[in-house]
Amino acid sequence: MLPKFQRHFREFLRELGELSVLVIEAARSLRYRTPSCREVLAQMYFVGVRSQSVVMTTGAATGMVLCAQTFFQFHKFKMESATGAVVSVGMSSELGPVLAGLMLTARVGASMAAELGTMKVTEQIDALRTLATHPVDYLVVPRLIACTLAAPLLTAQAVVVGIAASYAVGIHLLGISGPYYMANIDRYTDPSDVMIGMIKATVFGAVIALVSCYKGLTCSHGAEGVGRATTDAVVAASITILVSNFFLTVFLTRLFAP
Amino acid sequence: MIEVRDLHKTLGTQRVLCGTTFSIEEGEAVVIIGRSGGGKSVLLKHLIGLMTPDSGKVLVNGEDLACLNERSLLRVRRQFGMLFQTAALFDSLSVFDNVSFLLRRERRQTDGEIRRLVSEALDMVELAGIEQKMPGELSGGMRKRVGLARAIIHRPAVVLYDEPTTGLDPIAAARIDQLIRRVWGHLKVTSIAVTHDMKSARTISDRILMLHEGEIYASGPTADILSSSDPVLNHFVNGIAEPRTAPIN
Repeated sequence: MLPKFQRHFREFLRELGELSVLVIEAARSLRYRTPSCREVLAQMYFVGVRSQSVVMTTGAATGMVLCAQTFFQFHKFKMESATGAVVSVGMSSELGPVLAGLMLTARVGASMAAELGTMKVTEQIDALRTLATHPVDYLVVPRLIACTLAAPLLTAQAVVVGIAASYAVGIHLLGISGPYYMANIDRYTDPSDVMIGMIKATVFGAVIALVSCYKGLTCSHGAEGVGRATTDAVVAASITILVSNFFLTVFLTRLFAP
Repeated sequence: MIEVRDLHKTLGTQRVLCGTTFSIEEGEAVVIIGRSGGGKSVLLKHLIGLMTPDSGKVLVNGEDLACLNERSLLRVRRQFGMLFQTAALFDSLSVFDNVSFLLRRERRQTDGEIRRLVSEALDMVELAGIEQKMPGELSGGMRKRVGLARAIIHRPAVVLYDEPTTGLDPIAAARIDQLIRRVWGHLKVTSIAVTHDMKSARTISDRILMLHEGEIYASGPTADILSSSDPVLNHFVNGIAEPRTAPIN
């Protein structure tokens, strides 16, 4: 039992070290090289534009459920009109970035790991290196830029759609007073809540790109290796998002505290 | 130009290279032969710094590749072109984008010049006019020729070929051999190929190195190696299987 745990721990530390090297290499590439505009735009389209429907559906469904559940609990204390504030703050600072991050991991992270993994096992990464091109410059940096820029925008979209969906459910289905609903959203949602959500989304975007690219670039041989890299990328990025969300909440809330 | 000194490499538990030593001069056409799984491709990847040796040195124009980091290696690799066993074309890019990849990354030429160079490179491999095709639309032989065009477009000093004729029919293989010879003759490059195809080795090399049990077992002019009476060389060149000594259960 103990040797197995030690082996897993050593493996975890090795991967963490390699991931850190990738982060440093990506930072160095960003500092000294201009990324290919064409590559960045192609990735922006794939990560940002093509993910909108998934992220907006997630935002809408979450906003509606959160609104209904909050209403049912608050109804016991005659506080129904506070429902909008709970949905707004919850969506802006917590659920929006986390759920958008998880959906991006599933859609974009899996695809990135599979694409880079396939390139690795078919020697395309080696071919890239023989063509005097660093894989980090050509493959990782455009994906990192695209995810880091697209994640907060998609999160904002998910939050707005979620709040709009919760408004529709709250007013038209549950009978909450519209003006009160909006007034409470306005009163209790602080700009810092939105800011915290956007910062989190930016961090999650970077996490998705880096973890997925790392898993793809270190993929082992064959179809099984690509499959494992894809699964590992989704699991690792999802767990990193969920765990880091807690620390980001604590840190950013204190940072933005009046 | 390229010097390999006492190279050792172990993959997993298998010792692939055990003190491999040889050198290749500028302008030579060399073929490295050896049995499948004998470490030929591993050796070739060491020559361009795609793999790092456990010990020993690979010197390119006197520069030890093991002392260079990945970014410094890019500068050295600029002098090389490599044709992979599977061609390793970028499957999301068209033939034009594949062949022009390095030139467009470097941005030293205008778009018009790049188009002309791509056209010339494709002409040289007898594939003119397929710029807009995707790798998935090409046959195995065509993919290798596009891979060759991509490897030579930047006029490298050394071209490496990893099993250039493996998986091709005899006619396609003969055409690839002719192209390799033509590239060597026209562009005055140093040509280094690994293969276990003796017909190909006869066509494309002036000198043969035989890798056997991780070491260079023999080195010499192609004609001498192919007509050698040494039992190991003779068995390999003529495809004679060693007799089975253990009984079959």
